[in-house]
Amino acid sequence: MKRIKQIALGTAVALGVGISGLATTTVAQAEDSNYVPLLTYRTGPFAASGIHIANGMHDYLKMLNERDGGIGGVKLELEECETGYNAQKGVECYEATKGKGALVYNPYSTGITLQLIPKAGVDKIPVLSMGYGLSAAAVGSTFPWVFNVPDTYWDGASVVIKYIGEQEGGLDNLKGKKIGYIFLDAGYGREPIPLLEQLAEKYGFELLQYPVGVKEMQNQSSQWLNVRRDRPDYMVMWGWGAMNPTAIKEAVKIRFPMDKFIGVWWSAGDDDAAAGGEGAKGYKAMNFSGVGSDFPALDDIKKHVIDAGLSSTDAGSIGGTLYNRGVLNSVIIAEGIRTAQELTGKKVITGADMRMGLEALDLDEARLKELGLAGFAHPMKVTCDDHAGSHPVFIQEWDGKQWRQASGWIEPMTDIVRPLLEAAAAEYAQKNAPWPERTEPCPN
Amino acid sequence: MFYREAGQFKTSYKADQALMPILQDRIGLLVILAIAFVVIPVLANDFFLTSIMIPFLVFALAAIGLNVLTGFCGQLSLGTGAFMGVGAYAAYKLTTIFPDANVIVMVLLSGVFSAAIGAVFGLPSLRIKGLYLAVTTLAAQFFLEWCFIRIPWLYNDNASGAIEIPHREAFGVVVSGAEATPIVRYFIVLSITALIAFLMANVLRGRIGRSWMMIRDMDIAAELMGIRPLQTKLMAFAVSSYICGVAGAMMVFFWLNAAEPSSYSIALSFQILFMVILGGLGSLSGSFMGAAFIWILPVFLKFIPGTIGINLAAETVEHVTFMIVGALIIFFLIVEPHGFARLWQIAKQKLRVWPFPY
Repeated sequence: MKRIKQIALGTAVALGVGISGLATTTVAQAEDSNYVPLLTYRTGPFAASGIHIANGMHDYLKMLNERDGGIGGVKLELEECETGYNAQKGVECYEATKGKGALVYNPYSTGITLQLIPKAGVDKIPVLSMGYGLSAAAVGSTFPWVFNVPDTYWDGASVVIKYIGEQEGGLDNLKGKKIGYIFLDAGYGREPIPLLEQLAEKYGFELLQYPVGVKEMQNQSSQWLNVRRDRPDYMVMWGWGAMNPTAIKEAVKIRFPMDKFIGVWWSAGDDDAAAGGEGAKGYKAMNFSGVGSDFPALDDIKKHVIDAGLSSTDAGSIGGTLYNRGVLNSVIIAEGIRTAQELTGKKVITGADMRMGLEALDLDEARLKELGLAGFAHPMKVTCDDHAGSHPVFIQEWDGKQWRQASGWIEPMTDIVRPLLEAAAAEYAQKNAPWPERTEPCPN
Repeated sequence: MFYREAGQFKTSYKADQALMPILQDRIGLLVILAIAFVVIPVLANDFFLTSIMIPFLVFALAAIGLNVLTGFCGQLSLGTGAFMGVGAYAAYKLTTIFPDANVIVMVLLSGVFSAAIGAVFGLPSLRIKGLYLAVTTLAAQFFLEWCFIRIPWLYNDNASGAIEIPHREAFGVVVSGAEATPIVRYFIVLSITALIAFLMANVLRGRIGRSWMMIRDMDIAAELMGIRPLQTKLMAFAVSSYICGVAGAMMVFFWLNAAEPSSYSIALSFQILFMVILGGLGSLSGSFMGAAFIWILPVFLKFIPGTIGINLAAETVEHVTFMIVGALIIFFLIVEPHGFARLWQIAKQKLRVWPFPY
């Protein structure tokens, strides 16, 4: 026992000395590369969704390195940092990587995004929250450093209501209908509520809310018991991670009509829908990135990255909704870097250059085709005033084995969403006074 | 050889009863303070300050708070996270209602609210003891967390349900919000933590602290000797919650900048409890050591492979960190169930007789 105690003492001393040595660790940044940190989560309760996103983001950028030698002749230096969807760890990753010349951050968590928004302008590193995060950040004049192309959650919520209206033969027929909203009770799931409430008032439908706490994600029987009692005409879901498959299973269990159950684009994973088995047939979700793997760029990923053993991606998951979403995210990063290089004439760019690049982003049909991604996404364009763009999204349907596009591109109700976004941005600036005035020049 | 009190004679009761009667301890404390106030601010980079030192000090303070209740007064509590949350939400409300007031004062005031709430949830402690009390504090945790989610007034109707810390200045420098520099935040957190730790060191060895320990060791005997259990226990709850509340407010004002209700969940309560158990129940220095072990070690393990050039996937590092920290916790608890504070005692004893042990 005495010997063991000595070992324990020794270990404690060694740990103490080692930890004090950490104070002086700094990493030199390579001069001839562009550094892109990827905040990802392959562990924790949201790993089921996070792994596919992380793989997609990593593989596309890696493929550019292997196939083209990077962007504009400069390699990308990629580094993943594990956040576990945890805001504290996310900030830790941010602090650890921002000093290395980070170009852009993709937090993949509304909680982490909220933490980074005020920091972005101070540290001069843009935040790209692709289709998530703070909806109000779409107002570029208030939030010059935050981008949420192609859509905000409020755009998404308006599309769902519009689609339901179409199914019912017109938005006027929504009067007296009951629409249930089941959501992850965190910043993410609460984000669309103000808009849904507004629309409920305008079109006269009743909005029923079913919050699902992060802790009870995998036990939603009480929420679905309420759904069975309330009998809503439609269900809308804002779920993520383990919440999605659980909700779909529960919906199947209470025999909710699946074609009247519509998820946001983050509840559109293949594994999510597959969990419901045969009964999940007909489940719908919004989406803005390509379905399937039939794109030349994805073939290049297979050839240069997966077959070369440079990735941990399971070949079968390529073409899944979430994998493709990760790829689209990386496409926006890559195009932002390319645009920034063109605008500044520099090869190695900084976070401030990247901000200009993202603000001048113009991903049109021709460019998508050039990238080998024709039809992969709706053409998207960012302006200084509008950092989201309110681009159209489509509805996809699960046929029991895979996702199938079930509608054309549906435009969000920009006329309702935009004034609300502006009001929310003004409110944010007022609450966080003194919020800095925009001084950044507009590149386009 | 170096750590020996031989030859240090005390000629008055005052000197004999001083906080640190041994010269070497006083020198050691001065060295630690000098490192904390001078060396670290001069040498450390932003990452070290914001991701290691500031959270470490915040958690150390929270651990002191829980240690007062659990370590010194013997009342097991699982509500620490919620009490920290009360401090955070109170400070946020105070600073939005009085935007011109000094935010540091607001942070210190916020503890009063959490002390009041802590005392209310401490009422059952008169009748309920041990693990059963833990269950009632668990109720506090769930109830308060529910309040943070369901009462929009607490977060000023923020659409995301989060509190976002506004830009505030004090003494002419920016102290909170995104523009506050890590150095300023660090000094505030360090000063508050050091101040409260110093106050507690004195309270704990005085009449109040002794009455807590009497309750902990045998409440019936304490009662027979004239200690009033209700007041004493409630005071322990109040003081403990005050300290936790201040720590929680500092956590969001000077470290995170924004917090969701999930930041103050049961996971935080457990984290603090493990810091106290590993550091040593009933020891102030143990609170610091426990906080260092639980917070700094994983960060250290996470970023070390990258800095020395070993290329590992991010998730592998995460898994390995989990395993190493878990194994070390088990190892230390088997070897020394009384925590790091006891290990440090043993080390001191060995230093005393070194190099001629008998």
